[in-house]
Amino acid sequence: MDWLDEQRANFEALGNFSDRILDGLITTVQLTVISGLLGFVIAVVLGLMAGSRSLWLRGPARVLIEFFRGISLLVLLFWLLYVLPLFWIKYDITLPAPQDNTFATATIALAINYGAYGAEAVRSALTSVPRGQWEATTALSMSWPHKMRRIIFPQAWALMIPSLTNLWVHLLKGSAIVSIVPEVNEFTFELDNLRRPTDIWFSHAFIGLATYFVLALILTLGMQALEARAKHKLGRGPSLWEILSPDPRPTPPDAASAAPPRTKAATTRPRAGKETE
Amino acid sequence: MPTPTEQPSPTPAATAAAETPVIEFQDVEKRFGDNVVLKDLDFTVGRGERVTLIGPSGSGKTTILRLVMTLEELTDGYIFVDGEPLTHEERDGRRVPVSKKHQKNLRTRIGMVFQQFNLFPNMTVLENIIEAPIHVLGRSKEEAVAKAHDLLEQVGLSDKADAHPTSLSGGQQQRVAIARALAMDPEILLLDEVTSALDPEVVGEVLNILRRVAETTDVTMLIVTHEMSFARDVSHKVMMFDGGHVVESGPPEKIFSEPDHDRTKAFLGAVLRDT
Repeated sequence: MDWLDEQRANFEALGNFSDRILDGLITTVQLTVISGLLGFVIAVVLGLMAGSRSLWLRGPARVLIEFFRGISLLVLLFWLLYVLPLFWIKYDITLPAPQDNTFATATIALAINYGAYGAEAVRSALTSVPRGQWEATTALSMSWPHKMRRIIFPQAWALMIPSLTNLWVHLLKGSAIVSIVPEVNEFTFELDNLRRPTDIWFSHAFIGLATYFVLALILTLGMQALEARAKHKLGRGPSLWEILSPDPRPTPPDAASAAPPRTKAATTRPRAGKETE
Repeated sequence: MPTPTEQPSPTPAATAAAETPVIEFQDVEKRFGDNVVLKDLDFTVGRGERVTLIGPSGSGKTTILRLVMTLEELTDGYIFVDGEPLTHEERDGRRVPVSKKHQKNLRTRIGMVFQQFNLFPNMTVLENIIEAPIHVLGRSKEEAVAKAHDLLEQVGLSDKADAHPTSLSGGQQQRVAIARALAMDPEILLLDEVTSALDPEVVGEVLNILRRVAETTDVTMLIVTHEMSFARDVSHKVMMFDGGHVVESGPPEKIFSEPDHDRTKAFLGAVLRDT
């Protein structure tokens, strides 16, 4: 009981700093959304290039994908923040320096890292669109941008959403690594900051656990809705409206719930009777 | 440009020989790796002529259609459409590929109906039909929609314009695919085993639509089919293939009734016994 009382006090104490936790939460959401969208753009561009038949497009795309997939996000951040600035100092580059806007640097690092993973999801989804669909676009003399935009990508989109959802949830959780970046006070950073001077573990760790879980859940549900919509547009599965509305059919709920058992009984009884006869 | 709504035209096979052939194969060779599918293939198809390719599976019939549609690249030789090189041309004694733009221009004159329909599932029936006329041929939306409704009426699917392809039966999907190909006003229509994926009871209705297209237009047709009575009804010429070669060719009455070659006799014997 003592322990429980203590925890309540701890949570209350933590509640006093809710504004700082909220600030951290907002930064984490910003990181996730901005680098998620930027990463998606990178994934689509690299994925289209990697799926191309031209070696001039496929080659560079493969190099970039393998490179950014293969390096650790932590090492990439370290390079961007501590190694690249040396070039700025040495060569007096006029572009904005990575260490001056650490939030942008962290966002870009997350985007290129996860964008490289996403490129593979995009490429494999494009190759999963049936060959007949590609051939039909050729038979109708469609140009490459036209067939991509109107025929191939809309079909690949439904296929790539599950992998992209996975990656986005990964990115959300992976964004905690950005807590090492100076001046990017995201959720994990703020929570750790509050924990360190007090050395109280349970309440802080619990808040961290629950928050990331809920964020990931929201992300997943949103993406599942997108997937249902994309599939419905391809004529597979019900529309989003049909999924969300409790029962769009005019049948009253009583009749609907009462009807199935009755018909079941009607069909099974004679059969059961025959068996016993 | 011929459309199924135009008046019937007399059979053009007799006059075709004098003009430039619509399709000409010159020493065409197609290899997949070491596997030679077609070799030294020469033939011409005249304007408005309807040619059926028959022969055992693996004899390269479908490959010929796919070469004309530029879905496969030929490994040697030349194909001409309306006298113009489709994929490669000879320049200074060397075989060089033609420009993409030139090829695309020629390709808009060719339409194809596939065995597996290949309708776009992300679009309604009407959108499937008007997509290419609007965005490839640059027609106005009103014009394309009016033409699409015309074609849907011809294939007996006026009430399905707003349906999704996945909600249609195989036979209905194939009729939409025929309408989609005709919406481009092709000079050449390639029919690749269009009834092979259909239930037997709907084969007839699809073939009847194609018979009507053949009767009412002068579109050139290159047909691969196993429906011999259809081939006999619509074609001016039948070409028997085996092992990448033309065994014999001639008018359908001749090929089906008194073929010269034993290979043709054996093939027809086997096919006609099945039906």
